[in-house]
Amino acid sequence: MNGLSSALVPLLLAAAGVYALYNHVDVFPAFLTGAKEGLHTAIGILPTMVGMLTAVYMLRASGCIDLLGQVLAPLLARLGIPEECAALVLLKPVSGGGGLALGSEVMRQAGPDSYAGRVAAVMLGASETSIYTISLYCSHVGLRRTRYALPAALLGDLAAFTASAFFVRLLF
Amino acid sequence: MLSWIWVVFLALSFVCGALTGRLAAVTAAMAEGAGQAVTLLISITGLMCFWSGVMEIISRSGLAAAVARLLRPVLRPLFGAASRDGQAMEAVSANVTANLLGLSNASTPIGLRAAQRLYAVCGGRGAPDAVLTLVTLNSASIQLIPSTVAAVRASLGAAAPFDIMPAVWGASVVSVLVVILAGRLLRPLFPEKRVENGRT
Repeated sequence: MNGLSSALVPLLLAAAGVYALYNHVDVFPAFLTGAKEGLHTAIGILPTMVGMLTAVYMLRASGCIDLLGQVLAPLLARLGIPEECAALVLLKPVSGGGGLALGSEVMRQAGPDSYAGRVAAVMLGASETSIYTISLYCSHVGLRRTRYALPAALLGDLAAFTASAFFVRLLF
Repeated sequence: MLSWIWVVFLALSFVCGALTGRLAAVTAAMAEGAGQAVTLLISITGLMCFWSGVMEIISRSGLAAAVARLLRPVLRPLFGAASRDGQAMEAVSANVTANLLGLSNASTPIGLRAAQRLYAVCGGRGAPDAVLTLVTLNSASIQLIPSTVAAVRASLGAAAPFDIMPAVWGASVVSVLVVILAGRLLRPLFPEKRVENGRT
């Protein structure tokens, strides 16, 4: 599995380049356009990151995040989710930038290759900002009721988080 | 919603800090957190830009369109009668493809267009199942290459930043299956209202 993932990225890069050249795409200007968009995205999330990471740092310094972890620990332990990721479970469905800020902090504190650090990374990669997504779509279309959308999405989040911890235990 | 959460964070920081006598640390954490946010972002911007550039190449090469064509028959059963509308399904599969490839700038506008089309096809009232299926599908993550997370891992000195991919795929598949299944099973509990005759 590890060999697969380390081979996949370089393979994808080479294949994408060759396939694009074959299809007469002017590859490097295309790359530059995309990279510029990436820069805009990065700059765009900076204010969110500053706002959320600062709040998270303050919250942690006050002892509140540890307290939350201890309160939720018995419940999370049953799902196999490490205590360090307790706040991430609550924040990620609401805020992408906030989730990234908090998850990065878990990775930094516990170490990116530690169990908790890996679970945090997989959680970030395997879940969306579900509540935000539902409200965005439903308000855009003009739905007044969302019926089962919210419970289904939250069950999906719970499944994503539980499965993240499970697969990290399984594969590392 | 985010406003509420943010204010709750700040208020809790003050209350907890006051109760535990750590207000000095809370104040120091403010400066540290704001600085750290910029440090983190700068360290992941390079890979974010690079990956976004690669994705632009992939979408211009026609690969994204090819994937979308392959996905259409797979997605059709999820959307019931609405799947007979070609335009709606085209937008749906383009949205799912953009999510798979992590084309985050493209996926939301296409997804919103798909949702609108599905809504119109379903009669433009109430909360049709086809629209909710698309919405819940978008509330789960199906990104093949979690490039932003890998960038964070790389910036923190992970041995192999991308080695989390198989675990991400596993967890993503589980969550997508749960979302689809939950949508089906919960449907009878949240019935669609009958025609609204101007009253109620």
